[in-house]
Amino acid sequence: MDYFLTEDQLMIKDLAKRIAEERIKPVRAELDEKEEFPKEIIQEMAKSDMFGIFIPEEFGGLGGRCLDLVLAVEELSRICSGVAISFAATALGSFPIILFGSQKQKEKYLPYVASGKSLCAFALTEPDAGSDASGIKTTARMEGGEYILNGTKQWITNGAEADIYTVIALTNPSKGIRGASAFIVEKGTPGFVFGKKEKKMGIRASSTRELVFSNCRIPAENLISKEGMGFMVAMKTLDQSRPGIGAQAIGIAQGAMEEALEYSHQRVQFGQPISSFQAVQHMLADMATQIEAARALVYSVARYMDSGAKEISKESAMTKLFASDVAMQVTINAVQILGGYGYMRDYPVEKMMRDAKITQIYEGTNQIQRNVIALQMLKERAKGR
Amino acid sequence: MEIIVCIKQVPETGNIKINPQTNTLIREGVPSIINPMDMYAIEEGLRIKEKSSGRMTVITMGPPQADAALRESISLGADDAILISDKRFSGADTWATAYTLAQAIKKIGHYDLILCGKQAIDGDTAQVGPELAEMLGIPIATYVRKIEEIDNEHIRVHRMMEDGYDVIDTPMPALLTVVKEINIPRLPSLKGKMKARKAEITVWTADDLNGEPSFYGLQGSPTWVVKIFSPDPRPSGRILTGKTSEMVAELVKGLKETKII
Ligand SMILES: Cc1cc2nc3c(=O)[nH]c(=O)nc-3n(C[C@H](O)[C@H](O)[C@H](O)COP(=O)(O)OP(=O)(O)OC[C@H]3O[C@@H](n4cnc5c(N)ncnc54)[C@H](O)[C@@H]3O)c2cc1C
Ligand SMILES: Cc1cc2nc3c(=O)[nH]c(=O)nc-3n(C[C@H](O)[C@H](O)[C@H](O)COP(=O)(O)OP(=O)(O)OC[C@H]3O[C@@H](n4cnc5c(N)ncnc54)[C@H](O)[C@@H]3O)c2cc1C
Repeated sequence: MDYFLTEDQLMIKDLAKRIAEERIKPVRAELDEKEEFPKEIIQEMAKSDMFGIFIPEEFGGLGGRCLDLVLAVEELSRICSGVAISFAATALGSFPIILFGSQKQKEKYLPYVASGKSLCAFALTEPDAGSDASGIKTTARMEGGEYILNGTKQWITNGAEADIYTVIALTNPSKGIRGASAFIVEKGTPGFVFGKKEKKMGIRASSTRELVFSNCRIPAENLISKEGMGFMVAMKTLDQSRPGIGAQAIGIAQGAMEEALEYSHQRVQFGQPISSFQAVQHMLADMATQIEAARALVYSVARYMDSGAKEISKESAMTKLFASDVAMQVTINAVQILGGYGYMRDYPVEKMMRDAKITQIYEGTNQIQRNVIALQMLKERAKGR
Repeated sequence: MEIIVCIKQVPETGNIKINPQTNTLIREGVPSIINPMDMYAIEEGLRIKEKSSGRMTVITMGPPQADAALRESISLGADDAILISDKRFSGADTWATAYTLAQAIKKIGHYDLILCGKQAIDGDTAQVGPELAEMLGIPIATYVRKIEEIDNEHIRVHRMMEDGYDVIDTPMPALLTVVKEINIPRLPSLKGKMKARKAEITVWTADDLNGEPSFYGLQGSPTWVVKIFSPDPRPSGRILTGKTSEMVAELVKGLKETKII
């Protein structure tokens, strides 16, 4: 379908597609098998200015916005969402600085992100704080013009690979989540080390690590926004990034559908290609319909956000919720269409099915997305809208 | 270091079709690309330029559409691009092509290194590079698969041979034709693509060059293509069935009939 993309957007989409097909596709199975972070590919993406897409022009980026990022993530995910998420998580990690950082912080960090010299990561989750961010225990105590961080962050995408971390920690534990603040922590800061490297079901090319802070001193100027604004910064960051997960999901689903369509045409049983069976055709038709619906939703919400809309939580949550459920359904059926071959690692659809699952979990589980959507609906009702 | 890369725009091979009536290439609707070998020349030029903080100019002789090939070169990192285009250049064979390129390069004036692809995938002669070097009176190394050393005075390269490789030293300026083993061409960058969209492409016609007009185009081409034809499609084979002894007898008969034995 034609989504009336601009010339720049088509250019981003085409280049992301070329990177995916020419550079990622040949190695995706190996990266998955070896759980290897795609350093070389990330460097190539950096040279192609992909990391500049979401950075404002004045800081060396291209000044693209939500839809531009969505298009890039979708094309990369169509081939390998493990690589795509390492890219998207850099956007996620940089959003607190882009949205709430001071001019000085932006000048110091964003040019490195735009050029791809530095990857970013966003660290909210802790062992006891997943869906319930108010359970975080990491603290940031002010002492002699510095903050001292203590605590452990868990399952942080780009952990150890990123140079710039945006970290949510409590500056005033007695106030609970209202006492949380957001910080920039650079890799290599004394007292900041990396813990366990997770072994995952999918997106295995991406790095998921523990971040351990023990008396890690950072300058006071690394505080993003003001003390006590950490939870707000985190929530607005996630609002901004969720369409990216939606894009990841439609990319995975699109890739799986294409594989299934192609295979159904080649595979002969009962003397005819399996694509001639109506049961198979209907699965393909449902896949295509669901994907197009998800894409239409993700693109229109991205455009809505790019129009400068302020209240975006509900719509942003919808993109992730709907597209990730579509990705799961489509990849399960893609494996079904490939039958036993689909279950084997010789074909890419089993990886796509494993990869799809995470889109229903991270950046807020789909149950939490429904909570966000319903809460907003009730708020709007109360306001009489 | 000043580098000139010669590129040719060619039809994407997977799509080449011959009109069975006229026996000519059907070019309408066939997407054009930069000759794949020339992508390696561009990449090598960019690498040298980046190391020596030099400049790289890409030139092509071709129809106005070759503008697209030059813009793509700019999106990859070329500093300048020149399109050598004129009806008077059309019908050029390799000699006339090389002559025209040589006139353009003389007009550019200063250069340290000229890079060409080993050969074009459509014309396929691999003659333009050597002819060009001859006309400019500079040394050439063909089939270069590696540049070992390079400075302003000299260059040492590895030439790919069937049974190994030659190591060649030559003074600069020089011309190299490169093979695909030399590097992995980069992808364009978004900023490069934006720059390419806005770039001014210089166009030179015969009037801008100092050459002898009768040496251009069809008139200046000593090669005449008498006939172009597609080879007859290979007839499909025959599969023999039956008893082994019968099949062998049948096979021998067939081989005798076709005078193979
Ligand atoms: C591969 C991977 C990468 C990640 N990357 C990052 C990262 O870069 N940065 C970061 O900060 N975090 C990251 N996370 C963490 C991720 O965001 C959390 O896993 C997610 O928010 C869910 O938290 P949890 O896993 O603790 O699940 P829990 O909160 O323990 O939830 C368990 C189940 O209970 C349900 N549930 C919980 N509360 C409710 C409720 N109120 N109503 C209904 N159902 C509920 C959930 O939906 C879920 O089904 C990552 C996680 C993974 C797996
Ligand atoms: C279908 C067809 C019909 C033709 N008809 C005629 C004809 O009627 N009369 C005739 O005389 N010739 C004809 N030619 C020859 C045509 O002009 C040659 O293709 C051309 O001279 C270049 O030679 P080549 O393609 O073999 O390049 P090669 O010598 O194989 O190319 C080697 C390298 O030289 C450089 N190079 C080649 N061409 C150019 C260029 N135009 N601009 C910049 N750099 C270049 C590139 O770096 C390239 O990699 C025909 C060719 C074809 C394919």
